[in-house]
Amino acid sequence: MNNVTKMLVVLLVIGVVSGGLLAYISDWATPIIKENARLETERAVLEVHPGSTKQIKIDNAGFELYQVMNEKGDITGYAMPNEGTGFQGKVKIMMGMTPNLDEITGLKVLDQVETPGLGAEIVKDYFTGRFKAISTQPEIKSVKGKKPENPNEIEAITGATISSVAVVKIMNDGIKKVKDYLSTQEKKEGAK
Amino acid sequence: MMSKQVSYWTEFYKGLYDQNPIFRQVLGMCPTLAVTVSGPNGLAMGLATSFVLLFSGIVISSLKNLIPKQVRIAAYIVVIATFVTIVDIVMKAKFPEMSKDLGPFIPLIVVNCLILGRAEGFSSKNNITRSVLDGLGMGVGFTIGLTILGGIREILGSRTIFGLQVLPDAFEPWVIMILPAGAFLTLGLLFGLLNFVELKKKTKKIKEDQQRALAEIKKLTESSEEDLAVKEG
Repeated sequence: MNNVTKMLVVLLVIGVVSGGLLAYISDWATPIIKENARLETERAVLEVHPGSTKQIKIDNAGFELYQVMNEKGDITGYAMPNEGTGFQGKVKIMMGMTPNLDEITGLKVLDQVETPGLGAEIVKDYFTGRFKAISTQPEIKSVKGKKPENPNEIEAITGATISSVAVVKIMNDGIKKVKDYLSTQEKKEGAK
Repeated sequence: MMSKQVSYWTEFYKGLYDQNPIFRQVLGMCPTLAVTVSGPNGLAMGLATSFVLLFSGIVISSLKNLIPKQVRIAAYIVVIATFVTIVDIVMKAKFPEMSKDLGPFIPLIVVNCLILGRAEGFSSKNNITRSVLDGLGMGVGFTIGLTILGGIREILGSRTIFGLQVLPDAFEPWVIMILPAGAFLTLGLLFGLLNFVELKKKTKKIKEDQQRALAEIKKLTESSEEDLAVKEG
């Protein structure tokens, strides 16, 4: 066997063996990874709706939207994950809303790459807790350096205004989406 | 073949101190600086790298006579990339939290110069036993280095060690320690400390050698004086 053939054969064999091995492992891992992601979302949905126990994914919304219920089956609100741009990159959140979308029931930051110690503080409970029972009418606003006066205002983190404002913007965008979806649904119901 | 064969223990131990990948060879600086924001992250990165080092070492040293010289780097990279992908997939499936924390740095192990360096510089010239020992030694050395670095940054940057609070709330965390700059500062100080220790060791050795030489000279002069005395006597 001359050298060129040998090179080709050796690389081919290594490539095929490696590909086969990876395909096998990927087959084993893919369902587990999917399951992990699903469980994480489920946990987050219930986390932003304290007191609720059940959730249904709404399929025809065109985006991820969950309807949340308590033990008795009463609808306690909606939860949706949404993402947008923060100070350094993508910020992904999960937020919970009351059934009429008037109030926020909870917020959790799922993913972010903000500056540690400053922007990354948005994941901490002291910040996400500020959104509890905040009014969405007409939309959420962040204020800087003073205590919030109106029911729709939250205080931004000192030194991390951009990240705080980003979270607020992502929430407002999300609420708008849910609102649009629900009103079109109502129209459809009415047409029937 | 290798001109000199060192003992198996030395083959393993060299990675821990004498040729420590981080502090002595200064290899693999990208993960060293980027992921060591906390002890657990450093440890996980170290273990992942060790796994790849060990298995790519085994495969490459057993294939070393089959792979033609001209395509060896390509072959090594495919082998290394396979093991890195395995680590990445397994971590995503079994340790999702850690995999999220380390993010793109796990796939980036492929380009960690430490691994290709050991493959080309060691495994391709030595047998499997030695490659295993070398891989383990380098892996453990790398892991220890990353964990120390991560531990120091975690204590000063977030007051905790492996998630347990060790410094009181009164201690204001040094945010800079968990920012990239903190990695450079910590690494630089550790390098300095190690060089200082080495220097001390060397000076001590030189002094000892000097004293030994002096004692030797003294003994020699004494004996030659005695010889003279005997002759003259």
